[in-house]
Amino acid sequence: MSYTIEGATGPWELVIGLEVHAQVISKSKLFSGAATDFGSEPNTQVSFVDAGFPGMLPVINRECVAQAVRTGLGLNARINLVSRFDRKNYFYADLPQGYQISQYEHPIVGMGTIDIELESGETRSIGITRLHLEQDAGKSMHDQHATKSLIDLNRSGVALMEIVSEPDLRTPEEAGAYIRKLRTILRYLGTCDGNMDEGSMRADVNVSVRKAGEDFRTRCEIKNVNSIRFVMQAIEAEARRQVDIWESGGEVRQETRLFDPARGETRSMRSKEDAHDYRYFPEPDLLPLVLDEAWIATLKTQLPELPDEKRARLMHEFGLSAYESAIFVMEQVTADFFETVAKGRDAKQVANWMLGDFFAALNRTGRSIENSPVSAADLGALLDLISDSTINGKIAKEVLEIMVETGETPDAIVEARGLRQVTDTGAIDAAIDRVVAANPDKLAEYKSGKDKLFGFFVGQVMKAMAGKGNPALVNEALKAKIGAPAG
Amino acid sequence: MLNLSIAEALDALAARKFSAVELTDAHIAAVEALNPRLNAFITVTADLAREQAKAADAARHAGDAPALSGIPIAMKDLFCTEGVRTTAGSKILSPFVPPYESTVSAKLKAAGAVMLGKANLDEFAMGSSNITSAYGVVENPWQREDGAKLVPGGSSGGSAAAVAARMAMGATGTDTGGSIRQPASFTGIAGIKPTYGRCSRFGIVAFASSLDQAGPMARTVEDCAILLGAMSGFDARDSTSADQPVPDFRAACAHGVKGLRIGIPSEYRVDGMAPEIEKLWQAGIDWLKRAGAEIVDVSLPHTKYGLPVYYIVAPAEASSNLARYDGVRFGARVEGEDLIDLYERTRAAGFGAEVKRRIMIGTYVLSAGYYDAYYLRAQKVRALMLRDFNEAFAKVDAILTPTAPSAAFAIGEKMDDPVTMYLNDVFTVPSNLAGVPAMSVPAGLDARGLPLGLQVIGRHFDEETVFAVAGALERAAGFTALPSVCAGAKS
Repeated sequence: MSYTIEGATGPWELVIGLEVHAQVISKSKLFSGAATDFGSEPNTQVSFVDAGFPGMLPVINRECVAQAVRTGLGLNARINLVSRFDRKNYFYADLPQGYQISQYEHPIVGMGTIDIELESGETRSIGITRLHLEQDAGKSMHDQHATKSLIDLNRSGVALMEIVSEPDLRTPEEAGAYIRKLRTILRYLGTCDGNMDEGSMRADVNVSVRKAGEDFRTRCEIKNVNSIRFVMQAIEAEARRQVDIWESGGEVRQETRLFDPARGETRSMRSKEDAHDYRYFPEPDLLPLVLDEAWIATLKTQLPELPDEKRARLMHEFGLSAYESAIFVMEQVTADFFETVAKGRDAKQVANWMLGDFFAALNRTGRSIENSPVSAADLGALLDLISDSTINGKIAKEVLEIMVETGETPDAIVEARGLRQVTDTGAIDAAIDRVVAANPDKLAEYKSGKDKLFGFFVGQVMKAMAGKGNPALVNEALKAKIGAPAG
Repeated sequence: MLNLSIAEALDALAARKFSAVELTDAHIAAVEALNPRLNAFITVTADLAREQAKAADAARHAGDAPALSGIPIAMKDLFCTEGVRTTAGSKILSPFVPPYESTVSAKLKAAGAVMLGKANLDEFAMGSSNITSAYGVVENPWQREDGAKLVPGGSSGGSAAAVAARMAMGATGTDTGGSIRQPASFTGIAGIKPTYGRCSRFGIVAFASSLDQAGPMARTVEDCAILLGAMSGFDARDSTSADQPVPDFRAACAHGVKGLRIGIPSEYRVDGMAPEIEKLWQAGIDWLKRAGAEIVDVSLPHTKYGLPVYYIVAPAEASSNLARYDGVRFGARVEGEDLIDLYERTRAAGFGAEVKRRIMIGTYVLSAGYYDAYYLRAQKVRALMLRDFNEAFAKVDAILTPTAPSAAFAIGEKMDDPVTMYLNDVFTVPSNLAGVPAMSVPAGLDARGLPLGLQVIGRHFDEETVFAVAGALERAAGFTALPSVCAGAKS
């Protein structure tokens, strides 16, 4: 933990805590039967409950509760068998009821942890304070009409999980790694799609600075940051602002701020004095949420393998390095792809191919593993062609390029283009003869001890065979013809 | 026809002595004659009622006569009724026509009941006199000897007046702190607030969610039982609705009280209680004793905190429940400079003084710095009151008390100080806070000829015992007096 901000008075440490709002994947809303599809026409997914009509009552959606429990289990967290909903009261045009139903004092999930991996290879354990369920508000649009604000209630009532970290993060990099890891876990669990562009994951960032060894100083909260990059930038900008205030003899005021990515700075939204008094009280329309231990146990047995377990298994089962497996487990589909290809094959070779030429080809063509032009089966087949000496490694790279472009199978490509490796020793010998005959001067130099020229002859022979010669056989025959290099 | 009980009318309809249309027409005529004076209905739905009556007759001819087929009732204007304006007694909902039906009104409809109209009430059910309605005061059909016009009680005052004056055979009410029982007592009819969770709250305009409970009002205990049977039952759309079987309430009315232990809580002998109330209470005790019940002294030591606790919890919940009336999506709106201005103008114009007072109180008690001292402490005392009842019900099967500390008072009386008005609920709020069922039965008249009720409180989900005790009181009391403004008296 060497990251500090250098001020006039010396180095300052950062203390960072994150509140991540993750939209729950569910067909219907937290307290109503209305649908939750993203991108629908405004106000087409709104029930009378979501619109706060008189006499309407919330009814908890069991699947949303299950999703919160799954997430809690995935964060190694305590699941609270009894939790409670509260009302958070405030007036706004996109908050139809005049209150948000949330969990204030008794959240559904308690303390947990997330292990994050840093670029240095170091792993840090970050505490999760709590996870609670709450309903989202609608959306206000102030730029659609000259004099009016428009309200879209499609999002009103959609289930959110607010996942609160301990103030354990110390650098922007750690904050970024934390969100990435959290997102990976949520995606594995299928509880949130983690799509920050669509707003299904947003972060409130709490930042303070201090001198080494001090207690926490006053923090500021930066609201609603919607990309990992902005989270990291906002932390740095806010920390610098606070350092400047402290060092100029001022006092940081606790307040809510917004990050302006264009200017790369945070600005005040409201101070503590102007803070809403939310008048929380227990939601009388809902009974306490009581969970059955057996139900939780069932959900637990149905959890998928999570990134940390998968990573350990890939290392153990396939002999991958920590780095390789970390990359594969980032997205579940990548790990699945790897495992499909690696099954019954040389895993190390599979890893090399995927991390090298295969990912490069995907990047170059702007594709992802979900819509890869090369299936796991075809990539496996390509590697098989190398293993059974049908083609050599160099040709295989060419074949992969053609696979990416055309989507054809490697066998078809090799057959159609005659790329099969030549193992006919007669043909190899003939090529060697031609090369030796054409280069009498080089041969003389070689014979006189210039061993390095052996590589020149290998290259010339392969070239003469259009790259298709079996490298081992070519080497062997060449040694027989011109003698092994002395070194 | 107008003087019949629901039970009698159902028999007569079954025996084809008259049709549902005839019964309904008679009641519509009564409404047309008396409502201009009593103002019991905010909205009269005569055409709809005739249609429903016709349908009930047709169904009966086809051999299908559900429990309330053809019985004309009044619906408190707090129940959302699809296509029929629902105001909650407030200006802010004056243009509101719900596109949905409350569960209770839907159940009554399904049971064949005929809706005559939407009954007047205190604004958002906040009141004990029906004076806070934005649609005018309701006059009690009973008159005092001095000729003063009396309140019918509240908040279900329109329902009570309609039933007492024979404009409707029964009515729905809601009871948050006594809003069924106190007006029942003031108008000489019966009314029960069932156990919290017995009737679904779905589609009822919310006042205080943890206290609100729908219930029936009618002229006999048995009629209340018949109505409650149709209104009750689990509803998946209300998370606080109880998944409990609905027993045969009607049968329970005739069970008698032999062997039952009836508790008399000393704490209900409040200072300054009218001697007449005291006398009536003693009469009730004697009647039950004579009918074979054992009378047992019980203690509900936290009773004296009932009103303060109620006037913290109910406004707190109301302040939040009424936040949705903001002029944005439905109801009345007063345009403003900006959003905040729109809110302020809309709510300033839309809410009456009592509603504003309670929103202010509720907002205050939930505020940072006051929550612990008020709301949290009130909830703790509320838990103690529940414990009081549980301990009492370990010893007795039901509890007998007066319903209200006085008979109906005149319109204009008790108006100077809201706290005087709040005292009306002193005997009724504890059962709301504890969630237990409680019923008011007309038991006698005071010296000025005004009706007084006795209250029977039962265990959670034991309305059957409440009906048994109430039935015994009703038989012993032999209450037959009629109000001075009464459609049935003339026919």
